[in-house]
Amino acid sequence: MAYSDKVLDHFKNPRNVGTLDKSKNNVGTGLVGAPECGDVMRLQIEVDDETGTIKDAKFKTFGCGSAIASSSLATEWLKGKSVDEALEIDNMDIVEELALPPVKIHCSVLAEDAIKSAIADYQQKNGIAVSEKAQASGHH
Amino acid sequence: MNKKLIYLDNNATTPCDPRVVEAMVPYFYQHPGNAASRNHPFGWAAEEAVDYAREQIANLIHVDPKEIIFTSGATESDNLAIKGVFEMYSRKGNHIITLTTEHKAVLDTCQKIEKMGGEVTYLEVDREGRVNLDDLEAAIKDNTILVSIMWANNETGVIQDMKAIGDICARHGVLLMSDATQVVGKIPVNPKEVGIHLMAFTGHKMYGPKGVGALFVNRKKPRVKVTAQLDGGGHERGMRSGTLNVPGIVGFGKAAEIAAQEMEKDTERLSKLRDKLEKALCERLEEVYINGSVEHRMPHVTNLSFKHVEGEGLMMTFNQNIAVSSGSACTSASLEPSYVLIALGLGDDLAHSSIRFSLGRFTTEEEVDDAIEALVQGVNHMRDLSPIWEMYKEGVDIDSIEWAEH
Repeated sequence: MAYSDKVLDHFKNPRNVGTLDKSKNNVGTGLVGAPECGDVMRLQIEVDDETGTIKDAKFKTFGCGSAIASSSLATEWLKGKSVDEALEIDNMDIVEELALPPVKIHCSVLAEDAIKSAIADYQQKNGIAVSEKAQASGHH
Repeated sequence: MNKKLIYLDNNATTPCDPRVVEAMVPYFYQHPGNAASRNHPFGWAAEEAVDYAREQIANLIHVDPKEIIFTSGATESDNLAIKGVFEMYSRKGNHIITLTTEHKAVLDTCQKIEKMGGEVTYLEVDREGRVNLDDLEAAIKDNTILVSIMWANNETGVIQDMKAIGDICARHGVLLMSDATQVVGKIPVNPKEVGIHLMAFTGHKMYGPKGVGALFVNRKKPRVKVTAQLDGGGHERGMRSGTLNVPGIVGFGKAAEIAAQEMEKDTERLSKLRDKLEKALCERLEEVYINGSVEHRMPHVTNLSFKHVEGEGLMMTFNQNIAVSSGSACTSASLEPSYVLIALGLGDDLAHSSIRFSLGRFTTEEEVDDAIEALVQGVNHMRDLSPIWEMYKEGVDIDSIEWAEH
């Protein structure tokens, strides 16, 4: 299977790899997938308390090239977005941007789940009612 | 920058030896005859070439040339042996015993047998990848007609105790078939000595051409027969009809002759290279596991799991120039990790993290050195990206985490 240039680019030069401080209240962490399934994504967002926008996003992913590219792309897209805007990111946007083949669509689904799970974590930590869209995470 | 391509996937297929190609060429053009054309020089030349190749192959495995049936490859040979025995010996019984770690050419054939009304027992293997001989003996019943056990596994290179298996089958009067695709031409193979009655193998795993294989069928004590699965001109003693692939067979024969002469030398060299590769990776990287028996293993194969690194992702770090294969689900259409590694008792996570290296006659030490560097870099890159590696390093018990349904 040949990978798209965009997948290869994200895989070789992953953006925003790393770890944010989980103990901070304005950091939300999403950990989705399972080692037994061959992919685990951890995606974190740091929300600016004043503006409510996502000022930083980091990820680490155990998985194939498409999973790594999907999460790398997701962190790029998250930065600068409001939480509500972030919830609008759809897995099919990732599929389209990275030209993922049908067998790799689950990688994009996992990335969308990771975003929602991170937002839900952030909202819970801050006593904000978890958005309906963020609750949808983890089910596919 | 274009790096030199390095091929470490010789269990998938081997390149043709140039001497093989050289032997084949005249049979495409100078000698175009059909080996079944009995009445002109073109046919005679083709038949003579096929007979010679049959001898070369018979010599390699120490059998009578008349016991070699040419096929299109090991998959066809497996099908012919299993379905052919099932049909031929239907009056004797309908039970077949095989292993969960067999190649799909055997497993899918056995499933077809079940649909045809047969009964199949799939035996588990131990952590080493070997069948428990007591389990095998206990599984043999009055209606058992065939035991089908591969000589060495394609994914792990693990070699079964064929002599002991042959003894058990002989004691119970059951036929023994072996898929010997990965061993013929690589290590000494003598089916008669170990009590194998049918044996499948192929040209393209021993530096011969693709599209030509063989089935050894024992002719004396006992005289074994299989019902043809392809009907037609009655070629190959009626067991496999179809015009013989003369150039392919000539190449297969030459490959067998070369293997007989050079096997020992190849084995000695390749096992050293394999050990060097394995040792370097195990020493320079943490949490590397060797899958399958180290003692009973093909000399040119190693199957390693790099914990907390996903195999396909790892391959992507170097697959622009290095070819290996992985038991990761992501490399298969089914999205399931390798059933062979799972059968050895590996968790799904380690199966997803596995890479098979299979060296060959044309592998050089320099290539192995380059592969070591690429693997060390690749594993480190992937671990820097891996959240579970980070947790592992922080002392988190990964198994205690409740992972989301996925």
